[in-house]
Amino acid sequence: MIEIKDLHKSYKMGSNSLHVLKGINFTAEEGELVAIMGSSGSGKSTLLNILGMLDGANSGEYNLDGVPIKDLTETKAAQYRNKFLGFIFQSFNLINYKSALENVALPLYYQKVGRKERQVKAMSYLERVGLKEWAEHLPSELSGGQKQRVAIARAMAAEPKVLLADEPTGALDSTTSYEVMDLIQKINDEGNTILVVTHEEDIAHMCKRIVHLKDGVIVEDKKIDQVRAEQYV
Amino acid sequence: MSYRSTHAYFINHQTPTTMFDIERWQEIFDTIRKNKLRTFLTGLSVASGIFILVILLGFGQGMQNGIEKEFKQDATTSIWAWPETTSKAYKGLNPGRRIRFKNNDFEMAGRLFKEEIEYESPRVFVRDVNINYGNEALVYSIQGVSSEFQFIEGFSTVEGRFINYKDEISLGKVAIVGKKIKQDVFNKVDTPIGEIIDISGIRFTIIGVFKEQNEREEERIYIPLTTAQRVFNGDDKLNTLSYTLPPVENFEQAVAQAVSFKDNLRNYLKEEHVVAPEDDSGVQVWSAMEEAKRYYGITGNMKIFFWFVGVCTIIAGVVGVSNIMLIVVKERTREIGIRKALGAKPWSIVGMILHESIFVTAISGFTGLIFSMTLLEVVGPHVKIDYIVNPSVNFNVAFSTVMVLILAGTLAGFVPAWRAAKVQVVESLRDE
Repeated sequence: MIEIKDLHKSYKMGSNSLHVLKGINFTAEEGELVAIMGSSGSGKSTLLNILGMLDGANSGEYNLDGVPIKDLTETKAAQYRNKFLGFIFQSFNLINYKSALENVALPLYYQKVGRKERQVKAMSYLERVGLKEWAEHLPSELSGGQKQRVAIARAMAAEPKVLLADEPTGALDSTTSYEVMDLIQKINDEGNTILVVTHEEDIAHMCKRIVHLKDGVIVEDKKIDQVRAEQYV
Repeated sequence: MSYRSTHAYFINHQTPTTMFDIERWQEIFDTIRKNKLRTFLTGLSVASGIFILVILLGFGQGMQNGIEKEFKQDATTSIWAWPETTSKAYKGLNPGRRIRFKNNDFEMAGRLFKEEIEYESPRVFVRDVNINYGNEALVYSIQGVSSEFQFIEGFSTVEGRFINYKDEISLGKVAIVGKKIKQDVFNKVDTPIGEIIDISGIRFTIIGVFKEQNEREEERIYIPLTTAQRVFNGDDKLNTLSYTLPPVENFEQAVAQAVSFKDNLRNYLKEEHVVAPEDDSGVQVWSAMEEAKRYYGITGNMKIFFWFVGVCTIIAGVVGVSNIMLIVVKERTREIGIRKALGAKPWSIVGMILHESIFVTAISGFTGLIFSMTLLEVVGPHVKIDYIVNPSVNFNVAFSTVMVLILAGTLAGFVPAWRAAKVQVVESLRDE
C-alpha cells in the first residue's frame, strides 16, 4: 500500500541545510496498523508531512497504492489527499461552528458529493463511531473522546486508502485514549491501513508493528503482538 | 453525481468552482448562518464605515455648495464706471478738476466696445425732488436708468414690468418701486401697480415692483433715464456707466475678460476726459469679477481641502475594511488548514473565503450606501446651517467608493487567505 525508498528531506536554514530524513525505506501492506515512534526532532513529523502529501521529498520514491507521489502541484496534492488519505489529529481539528454531522460530511463536500448523499453517508459513519445521537451537536458540546471519534468518522468518510493519525491520543486521558485506540483497532480489523504517530509506548503496543525513528533514519522496525485496547475500556 | 468510480483519482477534474456553484453558495450561507455574530459585526463595520464616508462626502459637497452660494450672490459679471476728481495736472489742466460723464460717453463707449458688451445701461441720480403718494411724503432715492439696467443689477421684477424702450423714447412718466417700498407705503392696496406718485409736481404711474437680494436696495424708485434727464436734471450728465459681459466657459476667462474690458474702458474714458494716464483718481472703474476672484480663490482652496478630506476618509475606510478582512481571515486560519487536510484545493479555500467576504461586504456596503444616501436625500434639502447647502453625494462617486472598499477588502483578505492555504497543514494543526 505504502512504499518508500531512500527518502531524503532537508530544510534550508539560511546558509546551512538541516538534513531531517536521511534515507528512509519503509513499506506498509494493506491492512497494517503501524506505530511510528520517535522523540521530537527524530523526523516523524516530516515523514508524516511527506506521507500526507503536505510536503515533498528531496529525493527518493513514494508510491501510494501503486501511484507515484512525486512533483505534485498543490491542486493535485489536494485531490490525492482527498481520495487517498484520512487525517486524525492530536487536537481533533473539528470546525467549531459546524455540527458533528457537518464536520464528518466536509470531506465529501470536497469530493463533490451531493448534499443529501453527504448527510446520509456522514450519518452512517457517525453511527459507526457510536455518536449518532450527537450528530447535531457542536464540537464544543462534546467531550474530548467524542471529538476524536467525530474526527475519526470524518477521516473515514472519504473512504481513504490510508488513515494517518498524528498523536491521536495526545490530548486524551488514558481511559479515553484506550477507547479511541479500540475504535482504531476495530477500523483496522475491517482491513483499513492505519499509520499512528505516537510517543506513548502503550499506544504503540496497541498497533501491530512499531517503527522507531531516530535522527532521520529508521533504527528499529518490528512486528509486535497487538495489545487489544478493548480489555482496558 | 457519481463520486465513486474505478478511476477515483480523476473524479475531481470536471468540477470547476465558480460563483454559480450552488454547493458553494450553500456552504457559504451555512457558514454565515453559523457565524451570525461575526457576520453581523463585519457587516456592521463595513456598513457604518460606508455610511460615515457617504455622510462625510455629502457634507463636504454641502459645504462647497454653501460657500459657492454665499459668494455667487456678489459675483456678478457687472462692471461700473463713475467719474471723480483728477489728482494730477495734465495737458495744461489743473489737478482737482471734476470729471463729468455725459450721454456721449455712454454712446461712444457702447459703440467702441460693442463686441465685448452683453448689457449696458447709464444711470443718473435724481436729487432734490419731493415725492408724495397721496398725502404721504416719501423719502426714497430716484434713479434714472435704461431698460437693460435690470440685467446688470440682477434683480427680478416680481410684479408688473420694468422700464422698456418705449418708455425711454417717449419720456414715459412711469416708475418701478422696490418690494420694500410696496410693503411700507402701498400696504393699503392690493398692488402698487397703477398707483400714482407725485415727484416734484409730476405724476408718475407705477408699472412694476422689483425684488433685490439686499433689502436696502429695494428702497429705490427707478424711472426712465431720458425722463430723469429731461424732466428733472435738465442736462445729459450721467452718474454711472454700467455693463455686463457675456458669459464665458470658465472663471479664469471671465476674470481675464473683465480685467481687459475694465482697462480698455478706463483708458478710453481717461483719454476722452483728458486725465493723465498715470492718474488713478479721475475715472473709477470697478469690476465685480475681480472682487469675486478673491472669493473663488478661496473656494478653489476649499475644493482642494474637501478633495483631501474625501481621499483621507476613503483611505480610512479602506484601512478599516481591510483590517476587518484581515482579522476575519486570521480567525479562520485554522479552519483553512483543516479544510486543506480534508482535500480542499488552495484556490477553492481562498475562493470560498473571499466569496463569502465579498458577499458580506457587498451586501452590508450597499446597505450602508442606500441608507446614507436616503438620509442625505431626505434630510439634505432641509439642512439649515450656515455655509452648508443641500449636502448630497453623486451616486456614481458613492458607488465607486463602495466598490473601492470592497476591492480593497478583498485584496487585504486575499494575502492572508492565500498564505493560510499555502501553510504546512500538519505543522499548523498540531497544537491548539
